[in-house]
Amino acid sequence: MLAFELIVQGLIQGSIYALIAVGLTLVYGLLRILHIAHAALFTLGGYFGVLVTNATGSFGLAIVVAMVAVGGLGMLVYRFCYEPILARPPHVALIASIGLFIALEEVFRLVFGPYGISYTAPPLTATVVVASMNLKQAEIMVMAGVIVLIGGLAVLTRRTRVGIAWRATVTDPAMAQSFGVDVIKVRYLNFFIGSALAAAAGVMVALLNNLVEPTMGSVPSYKALAIIVLGGLGDVRGTLIAALALGVVESFGTIYLGTILDRDAIAFVFLIVVLMIRPQGLFGKT
Amino acid sequence: MEYEITLMTLAGIAVIAALGLNLITGFCGQISLGHAAFYGAGAYGAAMLTTNGVSFWLALPAGALVAGALGLVVGLASLRVRHDFLAITTMGVGFLFIGVVRQQDALGGEMGIYAIPDPGLGRLGYMVLVVVLAGLVAAFSLYLKRSWMGFAFDAIADDEDTALMVGIDVARYKLAAFAMGTAIAGVAGVLYAHEIKYIGPDSFGFPESIAMLAMVAVGGIGSVGGVAFAAVVMTVLPHWLQVVAEYKLLLYGALLFAVMRFSPGGLAGLVRSWRTRAGGFRIAATGKVEP
Repeated sequence: MLAFELIVQGLIQGSIYALIAVGLTLVYGLLRILHIAHAALFTLGGYFGVLVTNATGSFGLAIVVAMVAVGGLGMLVYRFCYEPILARPPHVALIASIGLFIALEEVFRLVFGPYGISYTAPPLTATVVVASMNLKQAEIMVMAGVIVLIGGLAVLTRRTRVGIAWRATVTDPAMAQSFGVDVIKVRYLNFFIGSALAAAAGVMVALLNNLVEPTMGSVPSYKALAIIVLGGLGDVRGTLIAALALGVVESFGTIYLGTILDRDAIAFVFLIVVLMIRPQGLFGKT
Repeated sequence: MEYEITLMTLAGIAVIAALGLNLITGFCGQISLGHAAFYGAGAYGAAMLTTNGVSFWLALPAGALVAGALGLVVGLASLRVRHDFLAITTMGVGFLFIGVVRQQDALGGEMGIYAIPDPGLGRLGYMVLVVVLAGLVAAFSLYLKRSWMGFAFDAIADDEDTALMVGIDVARYKLAAFAMGTAIAGVAGVLYAHEIKYIGPDSFGFPESIAMLAMVAVGGIGSVGGVAFAAVVMTVLPHWLQVVAEYKLLLYGALLFAVMRFSPGGLAGLVRSWRTRAGGFRIAATGKVEP
């Protein structure tokens, strides 16, 4: 029974990781940038979620506002931070992104205060019993939300013209362009959707912990990197599987390896072991 | 005076650590986001020895050896994974290091190691030792840059596959770069531990790795003078300007971003392009032939 509970908790955590990591892997797939500042947008999403909920009392509105606002900001990040350095060697964008992330975290600290903020009336706190397990409504909401969002992404990329143009651009930008796809628009779309998903994840984490603080993006940012590398860098399906797998591995690892390793190191043991066996990631193609 | 001596010592330590990273990332082109782990390995290795009565002069090479050995292992990983994969792997090594240290009671766990004995050189003597070592590392870097090994590093940094094609033993040189660069970081770690006299897991986390990378990137990746200069400025400035100390991280991040965004060659790149412009005519007269 314990094992089952650990799996469920792991899947809840893993689905949060998945939401963050999908945006990251989309950016990597299109532009070959390790977009570390992505996690700052995740944090900002959390702030929007709490602030809008506290101001209007509507949690649903908060999610929408957070996703749209942060998605728009994601496009600005692309336009002003990444576009000018796309032609440079990859470490340039990587270091610039780390710098941007550190600076944004500090801005959050200065603007929203160092101690974090909470919901004045936390929504969805009631517990429900599912298969003899006590789950918070919020946890169920998170899992359902992730399924809806990822499902929506799948439909968008497979069933719509926009999505097909998007996938074509990822596969071969030059060819897509010669078929009339506006490659630049695809990049903006990519950043908008990726950032909006990160914002949704931020709102959900804020809901689960009832707290947002300036540094809440640090650990997810590193872990999301580990996840997209595990998933094979740029591979969305691989990333989803890796995220869920990591959530489960962590929840077991904390119980059985907690005395020799702390929770956050487990992700990297998993990462290093996998990379030494399969340097292209769990699902990457050689 | 006491305060200036401490600052100089810390700046010297930063120079050593940053030059070690510059050897790996700058010369050999292998990006590392976990350099603080080796810095920490040196510090922990030496602190374990000196707190148990071993002489500082033995602990210094021992710390370098511990860090270099760990670096060699990570170097082996660099043979397996490349580019972005390697960056994330080294970042993982950094997290793994503090994750393990945190849980080991033998290494002081969360509390760290206190009361590390003084090497007995006096404040000024210790500063002189650090500055001399920093000078030696800088001299070694400059020598290396002009040696055959330096050329091989250059070729690998430029294009690994081509380097392999022209008969460079890429694996061996990469391992050498990692072993040397991390052993140098170990030396810096030993010096840090015996300057501050306290080390804990948080002294060697991801922010420290980034700080070192920032020094290398801001100074100019691969430039010995630029990196040393950036290491000194970025250590001393926050201490001098209390305003900066308050916003230290914001400035760090913004600087890192701004340098990469506007001058990816760092300070050394700026100086170079300024020189080229100033001496433009001479270079145009003797330089490359237009096709």
